[in-house]
Amino acid sequence: MATVVANQEVAQGVFKLTVQGRFTGKMGQFYMLRAGDRYPLLSRPISIFDITENQIDFLVLVAGEGTALLAGLKTGDTLTLDGPFGNGFPQQIGKTAFVGGGIGIAPFYYALRQVPEADVYLGYSREAYMVEKFRSASRGNVTVDVGGVILDKVDFNAYDTVIACGPHPMLHAVQRKQGQSNGRAKVYVSLENRMACGIGACLVCSVKCKDGRKKACADGPVFLAEEVVFE
Amino acid sequence: MTDISCSFAGVSLKNPIVMASGTFGFGKEYGALYDINKLGGLSGKGLTLHPKAGNDGIRVAETASGMLNSVGLENPGIAAFLREECPRWETLHLARIVNLGGNTIDEYVEGARLIDEDAAWRKREGRTAVDMIELNISCPNVKAGGVAYGIKTDIARQVVREVRAATSLPLVVKLSPNAEDIVGMAVMCQEEQAEGVSLINTFSAMKIDITKRRSVFDNMYAGLSGPAIKPIALRMVHQVCQAVTIPVMGMGGISSAEDIVEFIMAGAAVVQVGTYNFVHLRAGEQLVDDLTAWMSREGIQTLDEIRGIL
Repeated sequence: MATVVANQEVAQGVFKLTVQGRFTGKMGQFYMLRAGDRYPLLSRPISIFDITENQIDFLVLVAGEGTALLAGLKTGDTLTLDGPFGNGFPQQIGKTAFVGGGIGIAPFYYALRQVPEADVYLGYSREAYMVEKFRSASRGNVTVDVGGVILDKVDFNAYDTVIACGPHPMLHAVQRKQGQSNGRAKVYVSLENRMACGIGACLVCSVKCKDGRKKACADGPVFLAEEVVFE
Repeated sequence: MTDISCSFAGVSLKNPIVMASGTFGFGKEYGALYDINKLGGLSGKGLTLHPKAGNDGIRVAETASGMLNSVGLENPGIAAFLREECPRWETLHLARIVNLGGNTIDEYVEGARLIDEDAAWRKREGRTAVDMIELNISCPNVKAGGVAYGIKTDIARQVVREVRAATSLPLVVKLSPNAEDIVGMAVMCQEEQAEGVSLINTFSAMKIDITKRRSVFDNMYAGLSGPAIKPIALRMVHQVCQAVTIPVMGMGGISSAEDIVEFIMAGAAVVQVGTYNFVHLRAGEQLVDDLTAWMSREGIQTLDEIRGIL
C-alpha cells in the first residue's frame, strides 16, 4: 500500500493523483492502481504522468467505478499500486511528435521531460488542462486544440517518430493518416485496453495485430500503428 | 511441526495451493515476481489441439466482488506448448497440470494423445514436464463444444471416457457450475475412472452496457469469478465431496488462508486459486505463508485433521 500526497481536480472529471515513494519507470510505461486493498477487486492501468525523487503523479479520468474511487482519494489515504509495467516508448526517436487526445496526453509529460525538444500536440474535447506544465517542460512547439481534431494539426512527414495516445477512434485515424503520409515517420500508438493482471498472464487485454494476438500490458501498450488491426 | 503437504491422484504436493487455469499463464510471468516452486501446483492456460485467437471485443469487466471474463480460450495450441513451455516446466518443482480444452471429442482425444506421447518420451529419458491433465469441459466462453460438454452428464461421459482411454497420465475433470447436475457429473467422472475432479469453473453471467444498449461482451455472456461466487462454490464442493471417493480440487473466489481452510473442511483435497492472482500478484506465496501461520496458530499439524469434517 502506498500513501496519497495530493489529489487535485485539474479539469472536470480529471484528477492529478500524487503518491509518495521512490518509483521507477520508462516513458510510456504504466502502473496498476486501485483505491483500496480488497475493493475494487481489479487494479486499473494508469500511465505515468511524472516521477520525481519522492513521488509519482498520475492523471486519472473518471470513466467508471474504479477510477471514481481513485478520484475520491484524499491526502493521507492509501492505495494499492504495482508497476511499472509495459514496454514504454521507443528510445531512439529523432525528430518527434507526441500526440495526445483527452486523457491520452498523460504519458507525454514524463516523456517530454526526457525528450524536451519534441513537439507536443494536445487535443481536448471540452476543456484544456496541464498545458502550462507541458509548455514549461518543452523546448519544441506545444500545439493545443479544444473541440476540434488535433490530428489535423500534425504533419507526419515532418517527423521521424510520431507517438499517439488517445481514444480508439483517434488511434485508428492515426493509422489511416500514416497510410497517406510519405512514410518518413515511424508511427506508434499507445493503447488503453482494459486489463486485469498487468503482467501478461490473463489475456483480457488482448490486441488484434496483423501477425496475431498480442498483450497490451506486456507486448504493449505501445505498438507500431501499422501492426494493429482496428475495428 | 506444521505439515501442509498433500497428495492428489498419486502426485505429491508441497501444499494444497494450486494456481487455477487461465489466471497464471504457464507460470512464466508470475515466476518473474516470486519463486513459484513454493506453490503446490499450477494449472496452465487452457490448451486446445489447434491455436485459438480467443474472443473479440471487451474481455473483462468488474462486478461487485467479482469479475467477468470473456477470453474465449486464447492459446498457442498443444504442439507449441509442448515445444515452447515444457522445457521450462521440466525444471519446476511443483505439480504441473495441463488444462485441456476442445471443440469436438476428436480434438480432445487427439490433444490428450499428444500430451501423453510427449510425457512418455520424456519419461523414457528420465524427465517429467507434466504431472496431470485437467480436462476442461466447462469453459463458458467457447460456443462450439466447451460448455456444451459441461452441462449434460451423458455428453460429458463420452468425452471423459475417450480422453481417459487416450492417456495414462492422472486425469482430473474440471466441472462447471452451469452443469444440470454437478454432483451427477462428478459421480460420472468417478465411474469413468478419472483420478479426480476440480470445481468450480466460472458461472455463465452477463453485463449490459446501458448506453450502447448491448451486452458488454461480443459473446453475449461471460464467466463470473471471484469472491462473489465463493459461497456457492463451497456448497457445490461440499455436495460433490459427499458423493464421490476420488479427490476433489476445490475452487471459487478463494482470497485468504481462511477461505482455503473452508474448502478443506468441506472436503477438498487441495484448492485452486484464480482471480485472486490478479488482485495480489504475489497471492500464491502469501497464501502459503498465511495457511502455514494459521495452522500453527490453531495447533493443527496436518490438513487431514480438518479435511472433510462437515
